[in-house]
Amino acid sequence: MAKLTIPEPELMHSGHSACPGCAPALAMRLLLKGLGPRTILSIPACCWTVIATPYPTTALGVGVLDNPIESTGASLSGLRAAANALGYEDLNVVGFAGDGGTSDIGLQALSGMLERQTDAIYVMYDNEAYMNTGVQRSGSTPENAWTMTTLVQGSSRGKAEPKKDIMAIVLAHRPAYAATLNPSFPEDFERKVERARRLKGARFLHIFSPCPPGWRFSSERTIAIGHLATDCGVFPLYEVEDGKLRITRKGGELKPVAEYLRTQGRFAHLLPEDFERIQTRVRDDWELLLKRERESQGARSAPPAA
Amino acid sequence: MTGMERKVISGSYAQSYAVRLARVQVISAYPITPQTSIVEKLADFVARGTLRAQFVNVESEHSAMQAVVSAAALGARTYTASSSQGLLLMHELLHWASGMRAPIVMGVVNRAVSPPWCIGADHTDTMSQRDTGWIQFYAESNQEVLDTVLVAYRLAEDLAIRLPVMVSEDAFYLSHTVEPVDIPSQSEVDEFIPPRAARAVLIPGQALRVGSFTGTVEHVEFRHAVAEAMARVPAVLRTIEREYEGITGRSHGGPVPTYRADDADVVLMTMGTATTTARGVVDELRADGHKVGLAKLRLFRPFPAAEIQQLARSVGQLGVLDRSYTFGGLGPAATEVRSALYAAPRRPIVSSFLAGIGGRDITPHEIRRIFQVLEAGGSPDPRWVDLEMDREAPHHG
Repeated sequence: MAKLTIPEPELMHSGHSACPGCAPALAMRLLLKGLGPRTILSIPACCWTVIATPYPTTALGVGVLDNPIESTGASLSGLRAAANALGYEDLNVVGFAGDGGTSDIGLQALSGMLERQTDAIYVMYDNEAYMNTGVQRSGSTPENAWTMTTLVQGSSRGKAEPKKDIMAIVLAHRPAYAATLNPSFPEDFERKVERARRLKGARFLHIFSPCPPGWRFSSERTIAIGHLATDCGVFPLYEVEDGKLRITRKGGELKPVAEYLRTQGRFAHLLPEDFERIQTRVRDDWELLLKRERESQGARSAPPAA
Repeated sequence: MTGMERKVISGSYAQSYAVRLARVQVISAYPITPQTSIVEKLADFVARGTLRAQFVNVESEHSAMQAVVSAAALGARTYTASSSQGLLLMHELLHWASGMRAPIVMGVVNRAVSPPWCIGADHTDTMSQRDTGWIQFYAESNQEVLDTVLVAYRLAEDLAIRLPVMVSEDAFYLSHTVEPVDIPSQSEVDEFIPPRAARAVLIPGQALRVGSFTGTVEHVEFRHAVAEAMARVPAVLRTIEREYEGITGRSHGGPVPTYRADDADVVLMTMGTATTTARGVVDELRADGHKVGLAKLRLFRPFPAAEIQQLARSVGQLGVLDRSYTFGGLGPAATEVRSALYAAPRRPIVSSFLAGIGGRDITPHEIRRIFQVLEAGGSPDPRWVDLEMDREAPHHG
């Protein structure tokens, strides 16, 4: 019998209320496959508050704790403290938060949790806007993207500012492990979940999460768009452990970023000069990542996590 | 009363000693004057190993409350402490704590709310949290602080209640003032507070959602369940305090203990440390033949309406002294008292007095003034006693 590369158990069940083609739903499914049933999720206000289904049902085969949008990091510290006090061993304490709940309103609690080196996994599923409230801009929305609060109308041409680099912010805290994941590459995804699961200390997973209604694309294209995001260099896959950065997917020459941008209605207004500017930024970022990877080969290890 | 020990300690340390005796498992806090000495002492206990608790230093009060809410959701016994601005920052999570039926106990050192910055004793911070579903106690002495924290754990964790509890003490008058406090032995407290009997908590390996979300149909059922639990508090509290008295010999008299009020025509109701001053004035006035008495509001949430109605049956004038003000209304306790008495068969005149705002001393002179106003027929409008005193003898400096 062939060896399966994706764990077989399902801890996310049918009956959930995600939109068709929802990458955050796929991210949860893959995450729980890798983590297993001894997992407690702390979920702030986000799409998953609703996807997990209302009282008294649940689509998830693990314990779930709801928390307000800005306090997931603190919730993880409280859960781990209680697990230690109660003698619960081998328990995965996991936050599952959106990009707004992480890199905007939840940044303080995330920073606190990382600085405390809380033994927990913080997952940010990044659909690049406040999607549960109907597509409003977040700090994680990319430059030029249309949202309901960064319109393409009059003098406004989508979001004027570039996307916040959450990984850089996280890495400044020297976490035990941080990685970027993309459900379009499930084997890389599961390997990183497994690596995070086996380590102790503060771990951070940044999951690329295309959103058909929010990004304006047809729901059967989620996986293809995910492939393009990584292969065009918009969302490179890498991991950082003990301060050492390793790129986990290098497909040779990057594809032109326009191939990715043209798949989504939120970028439909882009002009040739926009493509050019974004292409330059993406290439510069990719070169920088390659340089960091080379440099970190000889880097001193960060202090071990408590 | 075996193994009891008498220590001269502050109201803040009274909280810390009670927390240790209650074998709290998770503590999370953020520093704010004048709460800090509570959590510093707890950090000291944990460092010395005399308290086996997880101490989570967090980056804000909001996170402190979230950390204990989450720890309680996993079944741990928890404690935090705050004051003033910190308590205000917690406000959102206070609703989460009660809505999730998390039996957290929190020490609050009552301090004025900014601006202007002021760290004096004032009840505005806790009064602003009165609608969050927390049980609220106000203590008069360091002994009462310690005893009430222990009672609070039993009350919070009682399966008929399952609600968080605030034990409040006035800044500096209690938090930084030492008094002799009788500290029960660990075995006495172990007998009184068993390990937490957790219901509806997360268990590793089990699919359960705590917090959850509902449609518009079910939400009211959760809110009503909290209301029902609140309504059970006075009776459950009486049972628990009787048990505590049996073990330690001490009682603080239930939700609204009274002093020389049985045959009084005029009664003043106070909260916290103002009570001690008022008790002395009542004795003075009694010696001069005035039929005055005192009622101490220990329990503010749930509001002990039945006890207030009972008290009011024989009283002509009832004054309520508040150390905070509801802008555009009366003192918060006065508002509650008037509301509680509306349905009573016999209603005294209820006057609202505001004193000690921002930590001003509430002096015997001020209390005598209040009794004079009451004996002269009371006041329909709230009286800012501090300012009335200023007009007679202005402060200089």
